[in-house]
Amino acid sequence: MVTADRGLFAALSRVCPDVREATEDDAITGVIPSWTAAPATAAEAAALMRLAAHHDLAVTARGAGTKLDWGNPPRRADLLVDLGNLDGILEHQAGDLVVRVQPGVRLDPLARILAEQGQQLALDDPVGGATVGGTISTAVCGPRRLRYGAPRDLLIGVTTVLADGTITRSGGKVIKNVAGYDLGKLFTGAFGTLGLVVEAVFRLHPLPAACAWLILNPADRATAVSAMRTLLHSQAAPSAIEWDSAQGPPEVAALFEGGAAESRAAALRRSLGDGRTSDRPPPWWGTHPDGTLIEVRFPVGRFSEVLGEIDEAARDHAVAARTRGGFGLLHVGVSEDPADAPDTAAFIMRIRGNLAALGGVVIVRRAAGAVRDRVDVWGPGGAVRLMRRVKERFDPQGLLSPGRLVGGV
Amino acid sequence: MTDHADVSGSADPATPGADFGHGDRGRTAIPAAPDQPGSGGVARVAAVLAGVLPDDAILTDPERLRTYDCDGLSHIRVTPGLVVLPETTEQVSVVVRACVAADVPFVARGAGTGLSGGALPVADGVVIALTRMRRILHVDPVNKIAVVQPGVVNADVTAAVAGHGLYFAPDPSSQIVCTVGGNVAENSGGAHCLKHGFTVNHVLAATVVLPTGEIVELGGEAPDPLGYDLLGAFIGSEGTLGIATEITLRLTRRAQVVETLLAGFPDIGSAAATVSAVIAAGIVPAAAELMDALAVEAAEAAVGCGYPAEAGAVLLVELDGTRAEVTHALARVEEFCLRHHGFGLRRAKDEQDRAALWRGRKSAFAAVGRISPDYYVQDGVVPRTVLPEALARIEVLAREAGLRVANVFHAGDGNLHPLVLFDGAIPGAGETAERLAGRILTTCLDLGGSITGEHGVGIEKRAYLAHQFTRDDLDVMQLLRCAFDPAGLANPGKLFPTPRLCGERPGRRNGVHPLQAAGLAELF
Repeated sequence: MVTADRGLFAALSRVCPDVREATEDDAITGVIPSWTAAPATAAEAAALMRLAAHHDLAVTARGAGTKLDWGNPPRRADLLVDLGNLDGILEHQAGDLVVRVQPGVRLDPLARILAEQGQQLALDDPVGGATVGGTISTAVCGPRRLRYGAPRDLLIGVTTVLADGTITRSGGKVIKNVAGYDLGKLFTGAFGTLGLVVEAVFRLHPLPAACAWLILNPADRATAVSAMRTLLHSQAAPSAIEWDSAQGPPEVAALFEGGAAESRAAALRRSLGDGRTSDRPPPWWGTHPDGTLIEVRFPVGRFSEVLGEIDEAARDHAVAARTRGGFGLLHVGVSEDPADAPDTAAFIMRIRGNLAALGGVVIVRRAAGAVRDRVDVWGPGGAVRLMRRVKERFDPQGLLSPGRLVGGV
Repeated sequence: MTDHADVSGSADPATPGADFGHGDRGRTAIPAAPDQPGSGGVARVAAVLAGVLPDDAILTDPERLRTYDCDGLSHIRVTPGLVVLPETTEQVSVVVRACVAADVPFVARGAGTGLSGGALPVADGVVIALTRMRRILHVDPVNKIAVVQPGVVNADVTAAVAGHGLYFAPDPSSQIVCTVGGNVAENSGGAHCLKHGFTVNHVLAATVVLPTGEIVELGGEAPDPLGYDLLGAFIGSEGTLGIATEITLRLTRRAQVVETLLAGFPDIGSAAATVSAVIAAGIVPAAAELMDALAVEAAEAAVGCGYPAEAGAVLLVELDGTRAEVTHALARVEEFCLRHHGFGLRRAKDEQDRAALWRGRKSAFAAVGRISPDYYVQDGVVPRTVLPEALARIEVLAREAGLRVANVFHAGDGNLHPLVLFDGAIPGAGETAERLAGRILTTCLDLGGSITGEHGVGIEKRAYLAHQFTRDDLDVMQLLRCAFDPAGLANPGKLFPTPRLCGERPGRRNGVHPLQAAGLAELF
């Protein structure tokens, strides 16, 4: 370690005692930073950012690290800021259906604590073990998006630390609030390129009195799609409707919540003439398929065409594509064997091209370098020029996970 | 209230309906434009546009300009230098580019029903009125999507899709007049947003003319656009980040069953406690509306709504969902009402009956005009659990000010609409009312709430925004503004307490940074 680096390390440890040299385990999509610092307070996080800005250090934020391999590799990474120590549940006013938490809180234990009061933060955790901060920053969604919305819809207040160390807040603790810009929207899905999320306020929902799943084993894709449409438009109002072909023969499952959940599920079973009801989800529910992971977003009504296009492309490129998901959001798992990378890349480019015409977007989530070398993980899309202008205002030195987002923002 | 009736072009949009505005029409106009550019600019804009827009889309006659001099915050009036009525996205872009070239500020306007002065013109500026962009371009019932122009009236969207069993969920009380473009600018809510969300939850995409004149697409028909949720940040930005010219709306399926229940209570505290008990029991009503005795009295006088006469408060609860869910929840809600000394419970038998139950609530603002010459409507939010405390404090403040306050509010989400009653003919009464309204807002903030739940900051509350947020917070919001509008021409003087140019780094942090002072940070 050169002298200057030792000086920096010392400087970092002065503002944040929990700092160490980074290892391979701290790699961000293959890029290993120099140091990892785990601030114990928002003030420490701010002090780290000021120091980083002063020394022109590039910073990436990490929660539990479950999705640190998503997105582009950052163009530079000097300091990994691990927010795992900021894991306090600061305020839970059950009567207000609101919770204020630090970013390192994991969804699982949070769910258990909220459940004691009969409440839930209605966000899914498809990768498993995710933190609140990581869920906001990657805007990850699962089956219950259909009923409860995405992180953007449930986040009502956010406190962040900008690249220059400014601690800033927008939104608040009340669900209904239109005072000032809602910067929480910017930070959802920003992959840490605008600032560190150091506190978040969410609206909660009551835990449903009961849950029931209707599970169908349709004979073919057409039957499955038709059943899913019936479920979607049914006034029995399922909270989630998912398809799976990743586990073997196609399966469809729908979640019913609340009053008479079981009998509503059973009524639909009768009208569809198929399936069984269960008080448990099928094992694949709310998870991603294994292997190289591709995410497809599309207009709700295009489900059948999107599924058809994926199957056709998979056949043409000799790719075994396992699909899972629902209306508007599908995940595709394909082989992660490096030898298959060229076929995988061709498959991705094919569906990306063809689904664009249907208003669809194809993103590579988890993939080895051999695939990443061949395709842009984000693909085209989004108002990239405007995003770049926002980025330049918030982070003029370009220090926060530079390049990790769509369009190299 | 003939605002949207201008569509034929035969009449100018009139000032907004009294139903949605202040009752204090007699008050003097005050000059409110913050930063005024050179006046030659407007003439240059008009000259450029003369060759591009039809003649009848450019208004310069002072009489006609004056009809645009205010929105629902009608005691503040500023006559614009020019009004244009574009019909396409491209025309809006041309107008904005002309404004940029001449360094002239512009203000977008829908129906002008806003209550915070968001559409107040800038003198020597241009009003871009979107009332001619009133077409529903496309309805797709399978995808549950409608694509509309910004001048389409909120209620007309629902009317156009009702045949498919769908509706557009945001329902501000001005919904039969207000436009979707205005809803997007203000992130409008309404009585049913407790369960169904705000405009931001129901817009999938928008074509936006940026304050630079560039045309961008934000969002998309596919959920969750890539990268920053610029659409989400744009919605509710009160016209300061650009003008939406084509809006893709997410439609909602009508619930299987809707039940509406009305109950009288001896006092507002027991009614508020009922709402808390309902929510604590895991029931999220579609709406939970509360009116105090004064508001009930006014509504009764105006529309004869037949609410329980001796009630100290009236609660209206609406439940929607599946039959099984609603039946179960309704029984619980009735039980909670009785347990909290509710009386005169009435359940809507049919749609007509439901409308009758709602009539008093919906007419409340206008009705207050019957019991007071003037009134000032406020819009604050508190956490629901402190509602009784907030109401008690408002009562004390009102008594201190020597004025009456009628309370009408969305109890489910803690959104208060205190109506401060006064007589504008009495010298100083208007100012006293405004001061009282301001104290109510700071009370909301003291209790952990917000200065606005749905009316927006506009010009009315910009000073109060500095009570809710720190200077750093506001400076950071300004960063977003500058990314969209580097020249600061889109609706200047609104929302932010202190106008600031984008070139300059805000002069914060003079002296030692607090972190440094606390020994937490060192500068090298």
